[in-house]
Amino acid sequence: MSHDHEEHVREHDKPLSGPALRVKALESLLVEKGLVDPKALDAIIDLYETKVGPHNGARVVARAWTDPGFKRRLLTDAAAAIDEVGFGGQEGEDMVVLENTPKVHNMVVCTLCSCYPWPVLGLPPVWYKSAPYRARAVIDPRGVLKELGLLLSEDVEVRVWDSTAELRYLVLPERPAGTDGWTEERLAALVTRDAMVGVAKVLPPKAAAG
Amino acid sequence: MTPPNPDLAALPALPRDDAGPTFAAPWEAQAFAMALSLHERGIFTWPEWSRALARELADAAARGEPDDGTHCYEHWLAALERLVAEKKVVAQDELEQRVDEWDAAARATPHGKPIELKRP
Repeated sequence: MSHDHEEHVREHDKPLSGPALRVKALESLLVEKGLVDPKALDAIIDLYETKVGPHNGARVVARAWTDPGFKRRLLTDAAAAIDEVGFGGQEGEDMVVLENTPKVHNMVVCTLCSCYPWPVLGLPPVWYKSAPYRARAVIDPRGVLKELGLLLSEDVEVRVWDSTAELRYLVLPERPAGTDGWTEERLAALVTRDAMVGVAKVLPPKAAAG
Repeated sequence: MTPPNPDLAALPALPRDDAGPTFAAPWEAQAFAMALSLHERGIFTWPEWSRALARELADAAARGEPDDGTHCYEHWLAALERLVAEKKVVAQDELEQRVDEWDAAARATPHGKPIELKRP
């Protein structure tokens, strides 16, 4: 029997209570029934805490910027193109990539709770799951973007996409100026999670460095 | 219907990214991993999971609980408990009994010692 979870309990330095107690009870029943393997649970947690993150999405974006054929595939069959880069879907959900242009800005929300393109961005940040973002992204997208530090000119059309369990969205941000001839790796370092959710732009290298 | 001119000033403020840990507590990670693991086992489909989660969120809203994103995993866990009961994987009373057993074991365990569930 694994004692990893007891370690967690001790770290918290207090008796089991509330949800922690219920999770423990549910897990022990599922393990006894042979429905979950504690090692598999630890592997999933490790995967999402350390290995899957926005750096995956950044590589997809950087490849789209440098490889027109890949970009075409990404915009027509995102799941297959992302699989090419090695980040297959975890949940079998479909994925759509939305291209930002000088005239169209896409932003992604999940009005339900937390649907998010996990395989390419990891787990969502707290603000993405918050009621204010979920409600306001739909009714006042420009206000939300402004609050998050992105001021868009009035002639830019803002499109808001509501994720579902079956369909996740990833924003392909505009490639910033001043990056001509850059390698995929160098470009990927500029791409942020917020840009791929569509609440920020990828900043040109000078601004990013300064 | 959304009113055509919502009072934007009355909307709640957006929490800013704290770039903190992905999971606020170990139990959140455990609950997250259990749902993924049971889905991989084919216990439920992802649309079923999504509906179960939506139901918990709607219930929480109906109870007037604040919905600021910080309780997401509590709803997640409630959805998981209800779904495994509906799928006849873990019955509600079976779970409650086990919760009581772990509670008793935790209380009986001296501080700093690992909590063990005594099996007959």
